[in-house]
Amino acid sequence: MFRYEYYLRNKHFPHIWCTGCGCGIILKSLLRAIDRSALSKDEIALISGIGCSSRTPGYVDFNTLHTTHGRALAFATGLKLAKPDLKVIVVSGDGDATAIGGNHFIHTARRNIDITAIIYNNHIYGMTGGQASPTTPLGKRGSTAPYGSIEPDFDISGLAIAAGASFVARSTCYHAVQLDKFIEKGLSKKGFSLIEVLSPCPTYYSRPNRLGTAVDMMRWYKENSIPFARAKDMSAEERRDKVITGILHDIERPEFCEEYKRLTERVKGT
Amino acid sequence: MIVARTGNEAMAEAMRQINPDVVAAYPITPATEVVQLFSKFVHDGQVDTQFVPAESEHSAISACVGASSTGARVMTSTASQGIALMHEILFIASGLRLPIVICLVNRALSSPINIHCDHSDSLASRDSGWIQIFTENTQEAYDTTIIAVKVAEAASLPAMVTTDGFIISHGMERVELVDDEAVPKFLGERKIQHSLLDVDNPKTFGALDLQDYFFEHKRSEIDAMDHVLPIIEKVQDEYGKLSGRHYPLVDEYRMDDAEVAILCMGSTGGTGKVAVERLREQGKKVGLVRCRVYRPFPKEAMVAALAKAKVVGVLDRSDTMSTLGGHLYNDARSILYDSDMRPHLKNYVYGLGGRDISIEDIESIYKELFAIQKTGKVDKDIVYFGVRGE
Ligand SMILES: Cc1ncc(C[n+]2csc(CCOP(=O)(O)OP(=O)(O)O)c2C)c(N)n1
Ligand code: SF4
Repeated sequence: MFRYEYYLRNKHFPHIWCTGCGCGIILKSLLRAIDRSALSKDEIALISGIGCSSRTPGYVDFNTLHTTHGRALAFATGLKLAKPDLKVIVVSGDGDATAIGGNHFIHTARRNIDITAIIYNNHIYGMTGGQASPTTPLGKRGSTAPYGSIEPDFDISGLAIAAGASFVARSTCYHAVQLDKFIEKGLSKKGFSLIEVLSPCPTYYSRPNRLGTAVDMMRWYKENSIPFARAKDMSAEERRDKVITGILHDIERPEFCEEYKRLTERVKGT
Repeated sequence: MIVARTGNEAMAEAMRQINPDVVAAYPITPATEVVQLFSKFVHDGQVDTQFVPAESEHSAISACVGASSTGARVMTSTASQGIALMHEILFIASGLRLPIVICLVNRALSSPINIHCDHSDSLASRDSGWIQIFTENTQEAYDTTIIAVKVAEAASLPAMVTTDGFIISHGMERVELVDDEAVPKFLGERKIQHSLLDVDNPKTFGALDLQDYFFEHKRSEIDAMDHVLPIIEKVQDEYGKLSGRHYPLVDEYRMDDAEVAILCMGSTGGTGKVAVERLREQGKKVGLVRCRVYRPFPKEAMVAALAKAKVVGVLDRSDTMSTLGGHLYNDARSILYDSDMRPHLKNYVYGLGGRDISIEDIESIYKELFAIQKTGKVDKDIVYFGVRGE
């Protein structure tokens, strides 16, 4: 029988996340997906950078590595190459992954190394107090953009696709059942798989942007999400300010660890 | 004007009055507020600053270098991992002789991850060619931010002003502000010899410089450092006239007849002074020396201060990881080598990762120092104070 407690370091609770934060929803979804994938706790390495989202590994009973801000994917790359049999999962925030760690993000996707990355996109630097991040939508407020951000925002999933990831999906904290499936698919995919999850930060994103409570955010996700299949036939105008959810990209590409192995075998003549 | 401000608020206030041309930054606890508050001043039109919310500290300090090389007055703020990530560019700023000022909030470096105060972050950048001034309280943090801009520009060297994370940065204190109009008048315009924007005289900055001239350029940088202390004294003197607050290179507290003393940096100076008062009430001849200007090191003033005591306990909120103890201890030993008035030294590495040091802790250290004075022997020269299993 599935029990969250089995996967958690229960003595580390209560967690640090604010009431209504999406981080806990994603954590639970990840655990359900891992359970369904029938992976043992010891064959998983969960790696994070720094941020509210990056606190996730502290709460789970896997091999975990809490690193520095933005560098989780680089640490994970080294770990995966050293131990290709481990199932390497990275959890990261939008700032961690696309601001300070943007370089690692595109290169991990380009190499298509067998890592599953889950990006908690709350459109803000949560941990440091709600400064605008590269995914703060144009015009939305952050503590360093009190009158609205004037910078265009990144499309995290689009960036991963363009850079070479083999599996990319987007979901929200409202669509937890769908999210389980995407994470499960990502875990079974050979190559770099990325799951972007829109996640509420009621404390620092909703409040300055007058988006209401965590419940209002969930309602917003529910009402403004459009499945990818349907969105394909919609005009840019119709898609504006909507969240396109679904498996956005799923292709076969040579995976880095395998290519590496092939190369060494070829050079050594084995 | 007298106000209640935290260290971060006071530094942001100083930055508002300085009105730098460019501020580029990336948030990090416990320094975030300095620039966040400042960004509000930018957005509200209270300053004319171009504000760059960069995507990392490496980019932030790089933007600062770019801006400063055009002649702009440039500031930023960071802490811990942030200054560590800036490390590469710190040497570019000093090598190019750009007077950028960083408000640095001291926080332990990872790993393990910690957000509280020690001096490992500032001291890991010790040899980067930046002027470093450690402050004791909110008032001093405010004043020194203004002083540092003038010093840096006069010396053509970058400068860091540090506060102790959370202890000063988030502690609210009484602060006396200088008038808004007085600060730009005190600082004047930045004068620059070579500007990247001088299109009539195109220049190259940071060019390849091999065996032929690299050494001379580095030597001239060292020479510039050599001239900093008199500049600081002059600027502190001018600032004293403006504000009524006079800062020394080395802060001596009740040292004139002190038999034993502690040497420290940052907010522990304040805690230590209370301990001194308590012990003085009991008739004990104790004193305190606080290293305010840390780089360049005020050798003469420091030797003169330390030589007054028979025994000095050197309190380091950092360790050099060399088995030789803390940074300040090593500096103190080095400068006293030639002195014929050498006090006994004992190193107390304390407070790593924000572990508190109390007045009673410091009193107990003074007690040990008296014991050393009596026996004339230092049994163990480096101790890790307040750590389990010591
Ligand atoms: C080199 C470095 N710079 C800055 C920080 C401070 N910092 C910690 S978390 C964070 C941003 C977190 O935002 P995000 O990655 O989006 O994650 P969230 O907290 O929103 O989950 C920052 C700037 C740091 N730890 N290290
Ligand atoms: S600040 Fe935002 S992201 Fe961080 S725990 Fe609170 S709600 Fe979650």
